[in-house]
Parts: sequence; structure tokens; C-alpha cells
Amino acid sequence: MTALRQKLLRDLWRLKTQALAISLVIACGVATFVMSVSVLRSLERMGRLYYQDYRFADIFVQLTRAPRGIAPRLAEIPGVAAVQLRIVAEATLDLPGLVEPAVGRLVSIPDDAAPELNRIHLRRGRWPDPARRGEVLVNEAFAVAHRLEPGDRLQALLHGRREPLTVTGIALSPEYVYQIRGGDLLPDDLRFGVFWMRERPLAAAFDLSKACNDVALALRPEGDATAVIAAVDALLAPYGGRGAYGRSEQVSHRYVSDELAQLRGMASVPPAIFLLVAAFVLNVVLNRLIAMQREQIATLKAFGYTAREIGGHYLQFALVIAGFGLVLGVAAGAWLGRGMAGMYVDFFRFPVQEFRVDPALLLEVSLVTLAAAGLSVAVAVRRVARLAPAEAMRPPAPGAYRPVGADRLGRLFGLGWAGRMVLRQIARRPLRAAFTTTGIALAIAVMILGSFGRDMIGYVIAFQFGAVQRYDFSLGFYEPASPAALAAVARLPGVLRAEPFRTVPVRLVHGSRSRRTAVTGLATDRDLLQVLDADARPVAVPESGLLLSEKLAEHLGVRPGGSLSVEVLEGARPVREVEVTATLRDFSGLAAYLDLAALHRMMREGPRLSGAFLAVDPAASDALYRELKRTPRVASVVSQRASLRRFEAMMEANLLRMRLVNVVFASIIAFGVVYNAARVTLSERAWELATLRVVGFTRGEVSVALAAEILVLTAWAVPLGVLCGTGLAALALRALETDTQTFPLVIAPATYGAALVTVLSATAVSLLVVRRGIDRLDLVAVLKSRD
Amino acid sequence: MVADPPAVAPGPAVFVARGVTRVFRTGAGEVTALRGIDLDLYAGEFVVLLGPSGSGKSTLLNILGGLDVPTAGSVRFRDHDLTQQNDAALTHYRREHVGFVFQFYNLIPSLTARENVALVTDIAPEPMRPEDALRLVGLGDRLDHFPSQLSGGEQQRVAIARSIAKRPDVLLCDEPTGALDVQTGITVLEVIERINRELGTTTAIITHNAVIAGMADRVVVLSDGRIAAIRRNSGRLPARQLVW
Repeated sequence: MTALRQKLLRDLWRLKTQALAISLVIACGVATFVMSVSVLRSLERMGRLYYQDYRFADIFVQLTRAPRGIAPRLAEIPGVAAVQLRIVAEATLDLPGLVEPAVGRLVSIPDDAAPELNRIHLRRGRWPDPARRGEVLVNEAFAVAHRLEPGDRLQALLHGRREPLTVTGIALSPEYVYQIRGGDLLPDDLRFGVFWMRERPLAAAFDLSKACNDVALALRPEGDATAVIAAVDALLAPYGGRGAYGRSEQVSHRYVSDELAQLRGMASVPPAIFLLVAAFVLNVVLNRLIAMQREQIATLKAFGYTAREIGGHYLQFALVIAGFGLVLGVAAGAWLGRGMAGMYVDFFRFPVQEFRVDPALLLEVSLVTLAAAGLSVAVAVRRVARLAPAEAMRPPAPGAYRPVGADRLGRLFGLGWAGRMVLRQIARRPLRAAFTTTGIALAIAVMILGSFGRDMIGYVIAFQFGAVQRYDFSLGFYEPASPAALAAVARLPGVLRAEPFRTVPVRLVHGSRSRRTAVTGLATDRDLLQVLDADARPVAVPESGLLLSEKLAEHLGVRPGGSLSVEVLEGARPVREVEVTATLRDFSGLAAYLDLAALHRMMREGPRLSGAFLAVDPAASDALYRELKRTPRVASVVSQRASLRRFEAMMEANLLRMRLVNVVFASIIAFGVVYNAARVTLSERAWELATLRVVGFTRGEVSVALAAEILVLTAWAVPLGVLCGTGLAALALRALETDTQTFPLVIAPATYGAALVTVLSATAVSLLVVRRGIDRLDLVAVLKSRD
Repeated sequence: MVADPPAVAPGPAVFVARGVTRVFRTGAGEVTALRGIDLDLYAGEFVVLLGPSGSGKSTLLNILGGLDVPTAGSVRFRDHDLTQQNDAALTHYRREHVGFVFQFYNLIPSLTARENVALVTDIAPEPMRPEDALRLVGLGDRLDHFPSQLSGGEQQRVAIARSIAKRPDVLLCDEPTGALDVQTGITVLEVIERINRELGTTTAIITHNAVIAGMADRVVVLSDGRIAAIRRNSGRLPARQLVW
């Protein structure tokens, strides 16, 4: 090993705590990046292969009933590669472990073959026998939630008839990577599950022999989705087609892509923050090292080391620190990534769960990290290269302190010598002070950014389930029913209140923009579903006129007072021009409300009801559940409140893990910044501080003089960090936003508090560590040395 | 003033300096450190540059060593023109030909004695082994000590070992005893004397200590940026016999 290399190692060893602190900050950045990008790419790859191998369809459409003979006509549409006709129906399930009823979605598969599109991956068990009634495959997520195994049986209410279902196998489909019911805010694998049944028994149960009510299409590579959708809509309109849509509106696909978008956001902002902080700390530390080694550099030059060799030596210093952080970060990132991928297993079901950190990613992250480290010290290294050896032999001139504006400030507040020293020190190196402040502020911001999600979700849930959906259940009828059905529901045991609603599938069109959704007609006398305006004040549903969620109005480009065209996709399929009277705050997505009577008028129908919102007496709820599980007319009973508890528990566990990671990462940043800033200050001012000690100041007093500077900078960092964190959170939400969903920026005071406590604690710890340096200050040696 | 050739061991001139002037620009104005120096140094010669502080002797040494370039005038080392060269060429010149000894030793504190010497032998074309260089200065038993574990005199001897390990053509010493007590200073001078004698290295020492002049072949006295006098000693006093 050359002597210069030896020097490098010894310098690194001497500054090991500082170097380690920087390495750790870099490691945090690398880890976040490697974690999110590897999970992102793993999910993307798994998704892509899954969609490809299992031929996930491109176009989907639900309809009332069409003869199977429609298939060739669909296949003839230019751009269509394959057609799949299916029966998709929902049933009420009675599961042994669950008091309340669950909803099962039954999807037909051909009697004698596996489906060609949306192929099924059989995890365990066997395919159902078309000759036997009630044999089903069950989606893995539901099977796991209920511990179902092949051979298990469960009771279902199929189209009003009680029928036992026998599980023959556990399966997966690219159509249900994420198992959630369209329109639901939360997934709940306990209360909603997908089943596959052979066509013949399913058709028999739902009176759809030789017919279908759901079509999936695959496009040719050159196929134009928009054109195909238009052709399909035209062809299926007579059969009650509810409007075809592409993958972007397919529920599972949309959730998966939203999640990927979120990961992409996570892969960019936080790693950039960490690298930025690391780069600046590295810069400060290396500058200090170079200042301290001025004479050594001059000596090396005097002996004929070239500028390149010496510059390279200091560059290596930075690169070793970055390299160590890189290795640490990659290892941590891979480990965290594996954990995170494990979290996704709970939500996303792929046939092969393969988490991989690919070599290209390692190359990318290495290049970025080393380049950032190199750039951060480039100026310092250049200064080394330019240092004139003869000049460097002479001791540096004392720092040029001047009376600064800060002094006036100091006098104003009657600061003593310590206070003035601090102010002058800060004023002399304003850039470094700004960097330190920014670094601490970013640590606060990272904490806020990492933890506010919980506040936001909490707010949305409280808003949606506390203020908007105040019912315990939403109950759906098989067919639109009469008010008598509502009265019957109201008489069920434990029902305190039942309020009717009517839902019709529509396409809302405004100019060139359109969106498939449902319009819900609400009764005037209503308590269980509140409609709130943009300021969260209750709004009365107008006699005529549409209420739209803000996001939907924005998507359609329509404002209150404007009007849009409502194309009903059911029944006589009327098309009406309707005025938008107000926009609503609603986080469930695409809410559109109309007065119930107005909706009936629009549909030219009598008082038909799609279902009811129920308020239930908790004491009598078990009896009600038992009753509902047997009520033939009830197609589905959805209790989002129950789902809520399950979702919260799951999220709590995941968020807790992420929170821990955030606390650790923010502490590392704060420690890395503060420790290094204090260390550098101590080294620069050792002489000064030692002099203070010699003239009789206590360690405590001297420590205060050192800590004061950091504390002043920390105090400035607090408002800046709060501001930064809030801004970054707003930015992160923008990244999460989809064309149908928006998220409120909600940050609880406790989140700010936790961020401040974490960062201030890390600051305090690093100051205490540096304090030990003051205790060890060798007064005599310091005063003798020239530096 | 053109320097006289030495009476003893007249080798060829290795350094030829003519009209060397060095002006420093500082914030307060200009400071002229050298005002037209003419000087020749000969191969194997032992020269002491004498003068009070501020006389320009360090500046002259730095220019001879390729650490600095004159504002005007010319300096040649054999066939190298030290005034016309860029930083890379000067670096190369220092690497190949010059050994420095500084008043404050300038050892790298994080490296042991052996490693400090190796720092130079690593980049020299035909160096001694660091151990041999350290033995030459009497530190064969202190190879693995760090500078902080050595006395001032020992540190200076490490610095000398470091500067001679590459077998330089010239050894330039800037106040090598300035930070040392008399006894230690003499030990260090003995080492320099021995290097000059045994290796034939052209040696220039700058000092404000007139006693040291006794060991030189020639004494160049600087004052206010000019050469005030050049004295040739009839005989060199051994360092051991110096007293101050």
C-alpha cells in the first residue's frame, strides 16, 4: 500500500464518526431509492409478465343480457384480437367465521376449458367440474382471509336461492390482482371475494343460459382502444351495455398503477433529499479537512506530488465515504425492499412473487451516488490542486471577522460575548450556516413527509365514514325494487332507519370529455348519507340539477352553473342535459348525486329503488345479519365500517414499520448534519475554546458557546422544516393524485410535534457527543499547535 | 554582482540565477521580497544563505526549489528553465531533483516515520528503501513511530530522511534547526553534513543563525532582498564544533 493510501485510511479512521454519519445519510438515500425502485420494478415486471402470460383483457364492459351469438360480431370489430363472454354476478355469502354477510363475485369460466382471456392461475386444488353444482375456485386473497382450503364449503345466496358452494381450488387472475369492489373506498378480503364457477351452473343459477352479462376483449397490438370502445358500445347498447372501458378504468389495474405511481414518487424526492444533505455535509467536512491539512498538502506538493495525485487523494476520501454509504444503502435497501414487497403480498396477488434488485439499478445508484459525492467535493478538490505550495507553508491568516450587521442585532438584544461570538461566526460563514439550517430543516421535512400519510388517511376515513357515509350498511337489491321492498327492509330486526337510493350507470359527457360513473338518486328526507360541499358544509340535493364531486367536475371541465350531458346506460337509455348546481368534497372518487324524484323522472320510471342505507342497532345486529344472509332479494350487504377496522389494523402495522424507518432516517440526517457541523466548529475553534478554558471558563460555559451556534441554527431550521415538510407533503399528494382521486393535505399537530421531537433529540444527542470532544480538549497541545 | 566560483571542489554550476526579482501583491499593496538576485550554486557544494527574517531568503529557496516562480529574471537548474515552466513541469522538477527540509518538519501526522519517507519513495524513480534512509539519519529503531511519538530532533531527522530518500540532486533546508534546541540542532546539522559529504548532494541551508555559516563552503548573506555579501570559508567546520 502506498503511503498516500495509508494516509487516506488513517484520516478516515481519525474522522470515523463524522465519516460514518455521512455514510449513513448516503445509505438512507440509497436505501430509499433501492427499496422503492426495486419494489417498483419488481411489481412492474411481475405485473407485465402476469398480464402477458395470463392474457389480461384490454377492454371491459358490463351489460344486462346478450346472447352468446354476439361473440362473432364483437370479434369482427377491427382491432379486436379475442373475445370473452362471461357471466358475472354477485351473491351474499354466509361464512362460518363472519357474523355479517359477505359479498361474493362469481365469474363464469368455460365449461370445458380454461378461459382464454383473463386466464386463471390455479394455486392449489383442481378446476371445478361443470357437471357438479356449486363447485368454485376462490380467489387467494379471500381464501387466505378465511383460511379456505380445497374441499371447504360455504353457504351462498345465489340469485335469491340458498346454495352451498364447494371450493375445489385456490386461484388468481390478472383481473383481480387487487381485490376490491368498484366504488368501495377500502379493500376487505374478509367481506368481498371473487369466485370462478363453470358457466353452465352459473348460468342456471342466474337465468342466463346461452347468454352473458359481461364481455372482455383483447386488442391487437395495432388496435385503437377508443375506436373499439365506440364500436362495442354501439353493438351492445341494445343489450343493456353499460359502456365499455379500458384498463385505466379497470378497478384492480387502476389501484395497481396508482400504487406504482406512488412508488415512483417515493423513488425520487426522499433519495434526492438524502443525497443533497450528504453532499453538503461531505462538502463541509472535506473543506475543513483540507483547511486543516493545508501544510500537508503543501509538503506533498513540495515533494513533487502532482495536483492530480493530491486532488485524487481527497476525492478518494469523499468516494470511500460515499462508497461505504452505497454498500450499506444497497444492503439496507434490498432488505427493506424485501420487507416492503412482503407488505404488497397482502394487497397484490401475483402468481410469482419475485422480488429482485436488478444489476442495472445497482449501476445507476452507484453512478448517481459517486457522482454526487464527487461533485460535492469538486470545488474543494480543485482548491487543493490550485493551492500554491509556498503560500500554504505559511499559516493561514486569522479569519477575517468584521463588525457585522448581526452585531447590531446582538447589541439590540444585549447579547454577551458568547452571543456575539456565535452571531459573528454565523455571519462569517453564512453559506455554511444556511446549509446546516437547511440540513436540519430537511430532517424535519423527511419526518413530516414520512408520517403525514396517516393523518391524511385518518382524515379521509373520518370524513367519509363520519361525515358523509353515516350508515352502517348499504344494501343492494337484485333488481330495482318498489318502496314496499324498502318498507320490508325497514321492518327487519335491528334496523333503526332505512333510506332509499337509486343508482344508474351513466356516462357523463361535457364537450370532448366524458366519464363512466353512476348517478345516485337520494331522498330528500335523508340522514344517513350527507352531501357536503367544498367547505364541508351540508348541501341540500336540489330538485333538479346534479351534484358532482370536485374531482369529477374538474375531470369533466365543468363548473357549478354549467351543464353536461347525462347518458344513462340502463333501461331506455335516455340522454339528458343537466345543470351542475354544486361541487362536493368527496374522497370516494366519482360521486354524482341527483334528487331521487328527479332521477325517476329522468329514467321515466316509477319509484324504483336500487337499495337502501341502513342504520342498525348494534345490540340487534347479529339477528339482522342472520336475516340478511337469507333474504333472497338482497344482492349485497356492504359494511364499510367493518372493512374500516380491518383496513386500519392492516395499515397500522404497515405504517408503523414505515414510521420506524422514517424516524431512523430523519434521526440519521439530523445527527449527520448537526454532529458534523458541531465537529467542524469545534475543530475550527478549538484554539479559541481552549483559550477560553485557559482563562478560566468552565467546560459547561465553553460547551454553551459551541452549542449556542448549533442551537441558533436549529431554531431557524424549525419553521423552515415545517414549511418544507408541508410543501413536500403537498407535492407528494400531487404525485398521488389520479384523474379521479384527490387527497386532502392534512397534517396533524402531533405529526409536526413528532418530527420536531425526533430531530431535536438527534440534535441534542449529537451535541452531547461533541461535548465529549470539549471535555477532552488538550489545552496545552491545542495552544501550542499552529492550527 | 556575479558570484565567484568556489575555491574548493569546483564542480559545474547546477543553479544559475540572474536578476531574480519577486514581488508579492497583498491587499495592502506590493511587497518586493527579492530585488535582482544573481547567484550560482555548484554541484556538491554546501551553501548557507544567511539573513535576518524578511531578507528574502525563504523566497529565494522556494524559487530554487520550484515552489514559486520569480516575477522577473531567470533561474536555470542544469537544462531546466525554472521560470518558463508550468505547474506540471515544476512538479516534475521537484519530484525528480529536489529534497526539502522545513523548519516545522512538515511530517504527515497520520503516517509513521517509515510511511512519511515512503510518501516520497513511492513517487521517486530510484529511491532508497525508507528503512535505509531512516538508518542514515540514525532512526533505524524508530521506523514505526508516529510523529507525535518522536522528539523535535527526531522529527526533523525523519524529515531529512524523507527528503534524501529519493537521492535528490539538491537538498534545500529552510531553518532546519529553527525549532530545535542547540544540542538537537547540532545532531540534525550533522546529518545534513553527512548527506552532503557522503551522497554529494548540493545542499543549501537558510538560517538567521550566523554560527551555522561555519559549516558551509560558501556563505551568501541576504539583506532586504539583495545579496549583501558572498563569503568563501577556507575550511568547513564540522557541525559538532558549532556553538551558539
